Amino acid sequence: MKSDSSTRVSRGKVVTAVFLKDIQIELRSRVVTNQVLPFAGLVMVMFAFALDNDDVLQRVAGGLVWLATLFSLFIIVQRSFAIDTADGALDSLRVAGIDLSAVFFGKAIALAIKLIALEIVLICGAVLLYRVDVSATGLVLLVTCVICATSGLAFVGTLYGGLTAGAKGRETLLPLLLLPVVAPVLIAATRATEAAFGSGGAQTSEGWAWIGLLAVFAAVFGVGGSLAFGSLIDE
Amino acid sequence: MVVSFSDVVVVYDNFPALAGATFEISRGEIVLLQGPNGAGKTTLLRTCAGLLPIARGSATVLSCDLMNDRYSVRNKVGLLGHANGLFHDLTVEENMSFWSRLIGASNQDVKTAMQIMGLSDRLSATRVANLSAGQKRRCALATLIVRRAQLWLLDEPHAGLDTQGRDELDKTLRAAREAGATVMFASHEIDRARNLATRSLTVAGGLVTES
Repeated sequence: MKSDSSTRVSRGKVVTAVFLKDIQIELRSRVVTNQVLPFAGLVMVMFAFALDNDDVLQRVAGGLVWLATLFSLFIIVQRSFAIDTADGALDSLRVAGIDLSAVFFGKAIALAIKLIALEIVLICGAVLLYRVDVSATGLVLLVTCVICATSGLAFVGTLYGGLTAGAKGRETLLPLLLLPVVAPVLIAATRATEAAFGSGGAQTSEGWAWIGLLAVFAAVFGVGGSLAFGSLIDE
Repeated sequence: MVVSFSDVVVVYDNFPALAGATFEISRGEIVLLQGPNGAGKTTLLRTCAGLLPIARGSATVLSCDLMNDRYSVRNKVGLLGHANGLFHDLTVEENMSFWSRLIGASNQDVKTAMQIMGLSDRLSATRVANLSAGQKRRCALATLIVRRAQLWLLDEPHAGLDTQGRDELDKTLRAAREAGATVMFASHEIDRARNLATRSLTVAGGLVTES
């Protein structure tokens, strides 16, 4: 067999390979479908029991959707890196000599797809459980909000997942580090979603300013994450 | 020289796992690393793969200076550590396909590697989680064959393999050597390892000496 390992693969191919691998593992193991979705659904129901008032629930529905998403994010990120560290595959990725920023984007895109699937179910749950209404213009705002907020959460989740992947006590460390960082996403996404739902008399137009903040957050952590990810999982 | 270490110190978890290692390895050699547990064999292999930073000394692997740039050597070496580097929810074939896509290997390379390690029959469609320890090791070795590395770094490669698997592995390593690759491997199975190796190094207390 010829001995030559000098071939370099393009960044796009690495992004695609890592993305497909993560999605394929999810389709096979169904952790998000069978464990995270029921967990997030239970959180929504528990909120409904705890608040027990239709007016209050309609007013805070946006915040509850994004809180349930954040709680689920911790589990999905842990799982996303557990599959890489369980049998030393993360080491093999490092030794493969590939562009680790491509691994970052591949994992972030896969994480975003899982989060979007989760958020669709949670928003549908909010409509059914909390009886919120969404107008046509509100729907446009809501879809934009979901895309921007999810991008930010996926980038920051992948970055911090990589940071804690090899750390002792990573299960508790990840939420501790991640929660303060995603606070701007929680606030902005909640305000935008409330505007989309028209909660508390909010106008749809009021939500667009928050979309700007979400887009900036996603851009900062997308660029910063791609630059820092390689060094973080290497040390 | 493929590997050249001079007075290399590597600190791992505040402990000098390599404490002034000096040795050289030429192209085409199969070098056995022997020594007690905790002697620094794994650290030595991981340092050669560019995974651990060097605190002092000078080290060159495949013309890459590890002191200044330990990253560029990575796509030239193949490392098989204690873990197999496999995804347990994927099948053998899917694992092979993933790693081959990352390094740009052809389908033919994958098929050949799977045939060499006896994975091309019903095992190819089996989830890695359902394989025995030896079968997982064979799958990990197949991914290494696909990489066509210039320097093979193997930590206990025979562990978990049955007699047939061990014979196949030895044959594969000799074939890699004939193709121009160099092999460094740590093993506690001294008799088999000495038959395979062209030279032995002893690692003890973070130092490397000729056996």
